[in-house]
Amino acid sequence: MEIDYALIDWSRLQFAVTALYHWIFVPLTLGLAFIIAIMESIYVRTGNPEWKSITKFWMTLFGINFAIGVATGIILEFQFGTNWSNYSWFVGDIFGAPLAIEGIMAFFLESTFIAVMFFGWNKVGKKFHLVSTWLVAFGASLSALWILVANAWMQYPVGMRFNPQTARNEMVDFWEILFSPVAVNKFLHTITSGYVLAAIFVIGISAWYLLKKRHRLFAKRSIVVAAVFGLIMSLMNIHAGDESARQIAEKQPMKFAAMEAMYYGQTNAPLVAIGFMEKVDHDRDNINERQFAFSIEIPDMLSYLAFLESGAYVPGIKDLIRGYTDNDGNNVLSYAERMRRGSIAITALHDYKEAKNIAKNSKANEMVKMSFMEKADSLEALFSDQEWVDNYFAYFGYGYYDDPKDLIPNVPVSFYSFHIMVILSGYFLLIFILALINVLKGKLERRKWILWAAILGIPLVYIAQQTGWLLAEMGRQPWVVQDLMTTAAAATKNSVSNIQITFWLFVATFTILLIAEIKIMLTQIKNGPKEGGQ
Amino acid sequence: MFETLSLLALQQYWWIIVSILAAILIFLMFVQGGQTLIYCLGKTDMERTILINALGRKWEFTFTTLVTFGGAFFASFPLFYATSFGGAYWVWMLILFAFILQAVSYEYRTKANNFLGKRTYEGFLFANGLLGTILIGTAVATFFTGSPFNLSSTISTSGEITMINQVNWESPYRGLELAFNFGRYATFVNLSLGLAVFFLARVLAVLYFMNAVDEENINKRLKKKLINNAAPFLVFFLFFVTNLLLMDGYAVDPESKMVTMESYKYLNNLLQMPLVLVIFLLGVVMVLLSIIRPIMAYEKCGSKAIWPGGLGTFLTVFALLLVAGLNNTAFYPSYTDLQSSLTIENASSSHYTLTAMSYVSLMIPFVLAYIWYAWKAISNKKITAKEMEDDDHVY
Repeated sequence: MEIDYALIDWSRLQFAVTALYHWIFVPLTLGLAFIIAIMESIYVRTGNPEWKSITKFWMTLFGINFAIGVATGIILEFQFGTNWSNYSWFVGDIFGAPLAIEGIMAFFLESTFIAVMFFGWNKVGKKFHLVSTWLVAFGASLSALWILVANAWMQYPVGMRFNPQTARNEMVDFWEILFSPVAVNKFLHTITSGYVLAAIFVIGISAWYLLKKRHRLFAKRSIVVAAVFGLIMSLMNIHAGDESARQIAEKQPMKFAAMEAMYYGQTNAPLVAIGFMEKVDHDRDNINERQFAFSIEIPDMLSYLAFLESGAYVPGIKDLIRGYTDNDGNNVLSYAERMRRGSIAITALHDYKEAKNIAKNSKANEMVKMSFMEKADSLEALFSDQEWVDNYFAYFGYGYYDDPKDLIPNVPVSFYSFHIMVILSGYFLLIFILALINVLKGKLERRKWILWAAILGIPLVYIAQQTGWLLAEMGRQPWVVQDLMTTAAAATKNSVSNIQITFWLFVATFTILLIAEIKIMLTQIKNGPKEGGQ
Repeated sequence: MFETLSLLALQQYWWIIVSILAAILIFLMFVQGGQTLIYCLGKTDMERTILINALGRKWEFTFTTLVTFGGAFFASFPLFYATSFGGAYWVWMLILFAFILQAVSYEYRTKANNFLGKRTYEGFLFANGLLGTILIGTAVATFFTGSPFNLSSTISTSGEITMINQVNWESPYRGLELAFNFGRYATFVNLSLGLAVFFLARVLAVLYFMNAVDEENINKRLKKKLINNAAPFLVFFLFFVTNLLLMDGYAVDPESKMVTMESYKYLNNLLQMPLVLVIFLLGVVMVLLSIIRPIMAYEKCGSKAIWPGGLGTFLTVFALLLVAGLNNTAFYPSYTDLQSSLTIENASSSHYTLTAMSYVSLMIPFVLAYIWYAWKAISNKKITAKEMEDDDHVY
């Protein structure tokens, strides 16, 4: 069957836009909830009404952000069905579970106790209110856990087996999916990034008050809480990011090569700290090859980053295509061989279905039917033969392709988004350290450049978040489930114009709502907190 | 404990869970119904603020239930998720857009400098109330009347790409034909359920306001609104139920799994599952009582009527969905290709996944308990104009 690339591209674009919009709001929800909970704890502990007004001010901003986060979120869950129905069919047995658990475990927790948080100040006791605030914070991060488990599974599918009868993947080990190393690490890296964003948000707004010489005590108190929280989370975030890079090097080497724009593998591979790319003059393999027009490199660093050994070999894009020998001396298959094996797996499935169909429905005599039944049985047995699964079915998705070029993600997008994210995470760490030291020494108000740098941090931290997801999702193309299913096979069969209409509707709606959100938020910030514990 | 159950038992268990969630959702759509009544019931700004705040403390539960319903359906019957959401694209997209607009409207409506103005956000709430109820009701009706799709799970290797599974929707209108193709009689049946849900949601909203709002001018208008909405609800509901009991239904042969049309299938389901019949009748009677009693004795029964009304709605919808899925019935039938029809057997997740999810489902009573506890804590008295003036978090 013909694939409609326009359909795939528009479907991907729609998902990307809705996901990126949603992710403008989620990290602030994740992090601000904890910062508010800490502030309220200080209020309950000290009984000082000033802390209550600090809590309430940030809670107002939290509410404005939360509403639009909910609005942009509902569509994501349903899009797996509306726009990726073949994906939902192929892996719904595994992928649906975390989404359902997210609803049952996390969303109700969040929405129930948010009501207490906002409406309960004068109706429930202090302690009950504080517990509710903490539950909102945990609920938000808990919902992030389940959706990230689902995403991690797409990047590194575990805990399942393929069932040829239903032609889909089925879950065989729930715990392996939940505690997959990629899932655990992705969760830590992502939620701590949300905590960092919220801390920068609080520090940046407070810095603005200090520059305006308004609400100075309020601002400094907010900065102390946010800087301590941000510093700890920033260190955890960088640590998890480092671990994440190693996991990608091992489990998604093509993504790793793309994010470093590395075409030729080497031992003692240097890390490109900063680089700008240009097209090569002679793109011999016709793969849109790039080279660095300018770069600053740190010797041996990439090898160390990937394999904790400065002499380790890191394969480049071309090595991955041609096949190579890894650091343990294992032969890694070329893409041509993977495509051949994938196609054998697809053919086996095809023949199985056909044989089964004939055995069931044909009018041929019993003998012929029997022979087809036997054929079907023997083919079905292949899918439970671990050796065959490891050697053939493991490359199932490659069977869709005949040109390795289609299996290379967009290198510039992967490279730049990775590097922007990493450089910015260093910037945020610096802000936390500087803000904390200076606010404790009482010098922050005089160090105007730190205050400005903190304000600048707000747009930058949003950029860092978006680039993080761009890398995670663009870097793994064309896979929707690593090595098993491509985006092209996953999309719902629909007319391009339908998707175009919904795409533009989403863009228009979300943009209008975003403008409304920002205007409301800025007005609230300009009005400032009500001092005196009201 | 769940591991030992047969696959069929797990499928039935999950159909019951999904039905419960759907029934709770329809009950909670009183929020949507109320959103369409703001201007009928509230003549001044303060009155509208009271009404919106009464709904504003509940809207997230409806929303969260919808999301959880979607997730639970995905986890337990992924093939339905793929078929219906991917196929009836426009119906679901319109429903989702309506809910997107709702989610910001409460919070942003009265905030300073909100870009679109108060009226626009109230318009969003109205749109959500209208589209959300009618389209969800219409979509539920297709569980009985069928949709135009076929599923191909044969593998085609010709051309550029191999497709293993594919949902093919056989109408370019992607679900809209189910509500607007008036050449097909079933469209009227679909819409009658959609409109019944719409008016029921308004009836429940009136009952909810009787319970939650203490404001003289609003309270005076409620009784009349109850009558005005109860009448069309009864007409549409009666039309739907009569058709349902008389129509041919999609039956599944338990042995061969072949789907065939059976006369009076849904009537037979009720008769063959007497417990479901009892639940259904009990539900209908409770809804009727919750309408009649406040009309007869408003002072005495008005503020309590939401409880029998809500429970009755829950029981009625629950019973209807059990009729759609149990007793060898195809719950998401295809009228263009009978054998592509979805049943709880061919659309479900694997034994392992259903077992795992069944353990997760044990959390539901716990979730209901804390929701109940938190609700009680914050809404122990009626909403008044005074509270709207004093409280610092007012929508």
